Amino acid sequence: MSRYDFSVNGKAVSVSLDNEATPLLNVLRNELGLMGTRFGCGLEQCGCCMVLIDNEPVKSCNREISTMAGKAVTTVEGLGTPQRPHPLQQAFLEEQAGQCGYCLAGILISAKALLEKNPSPTRREIALALDGNICRCGTHNRIMRAVEKAAALMRAGATS
Amino acid sequence: MNAPPVLPGTLNDNPVLGRWVTFPAPGKVTVNTGRVELGQGVLTAMQQVAADELYVSLARVTVHSGDTARTPNEGYTAGSQSIQTGAVAMRQACADVHALFLEQAALIIGCRPDELSINDGSILRNGASTGQDYWTLAGAIDLSAKATATGARKAVTNFTSIGQDTPRLDLPAKIFGNVAFIHDMKLDGMIHARVVRQPNRGATLDTIDEAAIKRSAKGPIAFVRVGNFLAIIGTNETAVDLAGAAAVGRVTWQNVEPPSVSQQEGMWLLQRPSVDRLLGPPEPADPQGRERFEATFTRGYVAHASISPSCGLALFKDGQMTVWTHCQGVFPLRAALARTLKLEPSAIVVQHVQSSGCYGHNGADDAAADAAIIAMQMPGTPVRVRWRREEEFVYEPKSPSMVVKVRALLDDKGKPSDWTQEIWSGNHNGRPGGGNSLLGEEALPGYVPPPPANEVPEAAGGGATRNGDPLYDIPQKRIVHHMITEPPVRLSALRGLGATANVFALESCIDELAERAGMDPVAYRLSIISDKRARAVIERAAAMANWQPDAPGSERHGRGFAFARYKNKAAYFACVVDLEIEEEINVRHVWCATDAGLVVSPNGALNQLEGGIIQAISWVTKEQVRFDNDAPSGPVSFDWDSYPVLKFSEVPEITMELLNTQDEVPLGVGEVAGGPVAGAIGNALYRALGARIRDLPLTRERIEATLLAECR
Repeated sequence: MSRYDFSVNGKAVSVSLDNEATPLLNVLRNELGLMGTRFGCGLEQCGCCMVLIDNEPVKSCNREISTMAGKAVTTVEGLGTPQRPHPLQQAFLEEQAGQCGYCLAGILISAKALLEKNPSPTRREIALALDGNICRCGTHNRIMRAVEKAAALMRAGATS
Repeated sequence: MNAPPVLPGTLNDNPVLGRWVTFPAPGKVTVNTGRVELGQGVLTAMQQVAADELYVSLARVTVHSGDTARTPNEGYTAGSQSIQTGAVAMRQACADVHALFLEQAALIIGCRPDELSINDGSILRNGASTGQDYWTLAGAIDLSAKATATGARKAVTNFTSIGQDTPRLDLPAKIFGNVAFIHDMKLDGMIHARVVRQPNRGATLDTIDEAAIKRSAKGPIAFVRVGNFLAIIGTNETAVDLAGAAAVGRVTWQNVEPPSVSQQEGMWLLQRPSVDRLLGPPEPADPQGRERFEATFTRGYVAHASISPSCGLALFKDGQMTVWTHCQGVFPLRAALARTLKLEPSAIVVQHVQSSGCYGHNGADDAAADAAIIAMQMPGTPVRVRWRREEEFVYEPKSPSMVVKVRALLDDKGKPSDWTQEIWSGNHNGRPGGGNSLLGEEALPGYVPPPPANEVPEAAGGGATRNGDPLYDIPQKRIVHHMITEPPVRLSALRGLGATANVFALESCIDELAERAGMDPVAYRLSIISDKRARAVIERAAAMANWQPDAPGSERHGRGFAFARYKNKAAYFACVVDLEIEEEINVRHVWCATDAGLVVSPNGALNQLEGGIIQAISWVTKEQVRFDNDAPSGPVSFDWDSYPVLKFSEVPEITMELLNTQDEVPLGVGEVAGGPVAGAIGNALYRALGARIRDLPLTRERIEATLLAECR
């Protein structure tokens, strides 16, 4: 059994596992009880499992735990809370940007990565930034409106 | 003795009021609905309906859903019926409960019921507090009484919740990353399981390389085998996952019969064994001098392609089976599980837990059955089955491929006077029960295939025949239906059922007929339809898009129009599509006008409409399940690369309007868009290419082939 030390949402975590190839997604959900990051395909295709690793958006379903030593992970749980929502979460609620909502956690993470690099993205830039996330319900336009709204909130100084 | 009252919607089958409404604690109301949340916002809509008819604030109302132990049996959450039949039932149940409380309060207070009113649960007499409320009176009211439909429903003008935009109850958990889905459920002592799927009905297990599979797992796993049903179980999900993936090549089968490439196209259906029927008068043998028009349309198999693979949990303890599922009908699943597991229905509780959108009958019921079959083998241990991505794509039931031939006879003005829609299709009704098996059941010992199931009856909108009957004023119409009895893959319901292919076919033909008659497509439609609400959406959609009569398509740009009333009895929908052809179709803008009658949640209805439009663009421009003789599992569409769907950068601008018809009965909107959007894309493509493609999907390959043929 090996021990892996890294951080999740600003807190140090340490997990001990037999299989060094255990996907980060399974560690988040089954070892750390963080259920917000979802399993969609296990093939790095759909984006349901998107997290930030050292501020870069990464699909976590095939990311082996052995590569995580010392890394800083941000999941959707690290964005905000109902009491203190991240501007993206506030905007998604205001726009009611969801149907089934299964893709939303990954999309919020991709959108956060975009807005940190580009505070004033065009609709086209938002779309391209979200092309790694699949939404099957057809909520795309609401989601993109919500990201635009969040960008405006953040430019106006809102923080989580 | 008086005949029992006819009750609205699903209240007729579930007349006991306490099945719908309870007052569990002071200040609290719980309503039970058999409808389940599929991402369409139905729980929030039911909350709005109950709040209005019980005269309480939204915050007091909790909605409990899809639970065979508690909720009314409303069959399936499908067919855009939740609002049309479920919400009207909820409205009347709440109105009857409201009336019972007023009567009881009048008795206690010693006044007439009409002096009383209810405000947020408190009983008022001529506007003044009486000290009584729902909760002080609840003990004196017998909610085992049956509905009478005598409670006055609130007038539309007095609604405070219905018709307002209300935040969805389920979205915060999904946006803040809380436990929200069945996949997130954890039960004490739960084991994970993956099924090694029987490739097809009748295939038998040959060899299992247990040692190699165990090595691949890199953790402890075990096998559960019942006949040809094989599963891998363990406490570590990663090990079970790895073993499940490894097993695909390390378990061999006999009697494997994968579908072949030739079976993937619609035209394969012609000349296959079928059950045939004629709906309407016989087709005239002699056109009596009238001009004849004929065209043939096809569509391939389509996947539901739910974003999460199906998941089911089950616990068999003390002779009692409890199953957690994201299926669309907990009661029908319970009945099917009773047959599969050889248990009494009373020994099974089925509870709905949310999952990703399903858009019809995906793997949900089958994953639940898998969990239950395994749970029977290990009493006392909760079992969680989560399908693999490729399992969902390959083994979920597909939406049938179809061929639709339209034959019309035209009068001297070029208007259709006789219309035949001849349809070849497998059965759109593959749901458990009604003659269909749960997938895992097919692998169990002693399995006997049931006789072929019946297609969805016409009274419920039909399956393959759905919207095969044009709403236009055509003196003679008929449907010739060939139900293909031996399809190459499992089939079942996908959003809209046969309406997508039927409306694509008939709305393409209407455009062709307009061109033959030298008329603008919108003007032509208006000249052959008298239904006022249909005319209103057609006129409104055209106006929204600033439709210009006879505006020609320019090179690589086209604009198309289409209309349908879903099932000819649900919502009306007309749309304009603008598209450009690069190498493939890029839909740029969609305008639509919808008449859905009374809308409980305008924002929710628009969300559903927009989702339907975008999903239809994806179906029409990209989606077809492909087969391969050499692949053991048959379909080669097994992931998001081999079965791509519309991406963010491919989604058009969408402009929507709901017509103000709040005095009309509510009409479901979840499935109205598919057919008209398909038709409008086909018509716009014709304007852009100058040639018509009659086979779905409208792929780059088909566009290139059509352009090449044009050049010759």
